[in-house]
Amino acid sequence: MMNVPMYFPGHDPGSSFVHLLKASGFEPFAQAAGDLEVPHGTTCVALRYGSGVVIAGDRRATAGNLIRSKSMDKVVQADEFSGVAISGAAGPAVEMIKLFQLQLEHYEKMEGHPLSLEGKANQLSFMIRNNMPAAMQGLAVLPLFAGFEPQDGTGHIWDFDMTGGRYEEREFVAIGSGSLHAGTVIKVGWRSSLDRGDAVELACRSLWEAAEADAGTGGPDLLRRVYPVVATITADGWEPVPDEELDGIFRSIEEEVRSR
Amino acid sequence: MSMPFYVPPEQMMKDRADFARKGISRGRALIAAQSADGILIVAENPSKTLRKISEIYDRIAFAGVGKYNEFDQLRMLGVRQADLTGFQYARRDVEARSLVNQYAQAIGHEFTSGAKPLEVEILVAEVGGDRAGDRLFHITFDGTVLDEHEFCVLGGDAEVVHGRMSENRPADDSLRSTLRSAVGALAGPDRTLGSADVEVALLARNGRRRRFERLTVETVAELIS
Repeated sequence: MMNVPMYFPGHDPGSSFVHLLKASGFEPFAQAAGDLEVPHGTTCVALRYGSGVVIAGDRRATAGNLIRSKSMDKVVQADEFSGVAISGAAGPAVEMIKLFQLQLEHYEKMEGHPLSLEGKANQLSFMIRNNMPAAMQGLAVLPLFAGFEPQDGTGHIWDFDMTGGRYEEREFVAIGSGSLHAGTVIKVGWRSSLDRGDAVELACRSLWEAAEADAGTGGPDLLRRVYPVVATITADGWEPVPDEELDGIFRSIEEEVRSR
Repeated sequence: MSMPFYVPPEQMMKDRADFARKGISRGRALIAAQSADGILIVAENPSKTLRKISEIYDRIAFAGVGKYNEFDQLRMLGVRQADLTGFQYARRDVEARSLVNQYAQAIGHEFTSGAKPLEVEILVAEVGGDRAGDRLFHITFDGTVLDEHEFCVLGGDAEVVHGRMSENRPADDSLRSTLRSAVGALAGPDRTLGSADVEVALLARNGRRRRFERLTVETVAELIS
């Protein structure tokens, strides 16, 4: 008779959207059957700088030897003060991010205030852990999480493993098939004194080098004007770095490579 | 075996309605009004933590008067229902109208067959691209849905406040004038309400995804000064 979901005490999902979905008969995570061939191969990075964090990722999605997409958004805004970048099986990853965004918004609306940044990272841990059965069959999703905590006024970045293990890093995080190259570039260039411009430039450079060395990572497509997604998260919230700025950075990297 | 007394249905409904009205009239009033910048919702509420106005979804807000625990449960039902609909379909498929029907059913059911009627009145507002697209749904304690225009008043002394708001219409449809006129109507001739005595939220007519914003005490003070 009534369509509005009502719950008895003890079964009430509280402010958890995942529990609400389960109580409403939805299964939020796909259970993999057999070994599936799924698109993956990625490079995403996040690094801390003075007033916040930079998060960046390439746009390529591959399926075996084929490039499935040149314009996939692997770096997405999670809420006002945080973002996620994904590596791994594309389908479950996109679904996980969608659910994660909804969870943050749902909590905020139910409770009247947003989760703490650590609380958000913890929520993502739970989702990765829930995805373990699928991960064991080849549908692993390994995100990185970056954000700004207004309470302490600093940026934070996290790395995850398949079991939902959550590791906060002090300087940078790199994930995906090109992470070794991208990570090395950032490791060499990272200084505690980086400002916004330096940090954005370093993130772009790391993706450039990863794209040169890893077949699963796409470089900037200057011809079609498809650039990696780069964003900063500071006290002012999530701000995407505009295409014109990225165009300038990648053109100067190109010049520099040509003059080597 | 004792037989229950026969109570005619008219009498039972009247008793229940009186009971609900009595509960609601104890609380302070709330006004929602259309303005050029969006739908403004103003509630007389000295508490900064127990909210009467809140966000349901991108373009939809909720406001309740009466018993706090009852309208807060309705608020949570709304958030859940809206988030589930948006997850199943698309964000633009979440509409105030369908939510209002479900609220009306739930509240109406509680009024006729519940242990006691809910002592609440709620407002579901949805901001549109222009004034004509705005929706103000007022749902009363028995599940009656009123589709209101320009402005609507809920809560104790609603008729008196409605009268004051009708007489003292905003000079123009700016946010400032609308807020002043609403705060004036809530206060009445014998007292003044400061920025700390009201809870104010706006369903903004802007391009953002989530239109709901709370106006801080400072912003309200600046607007009504």
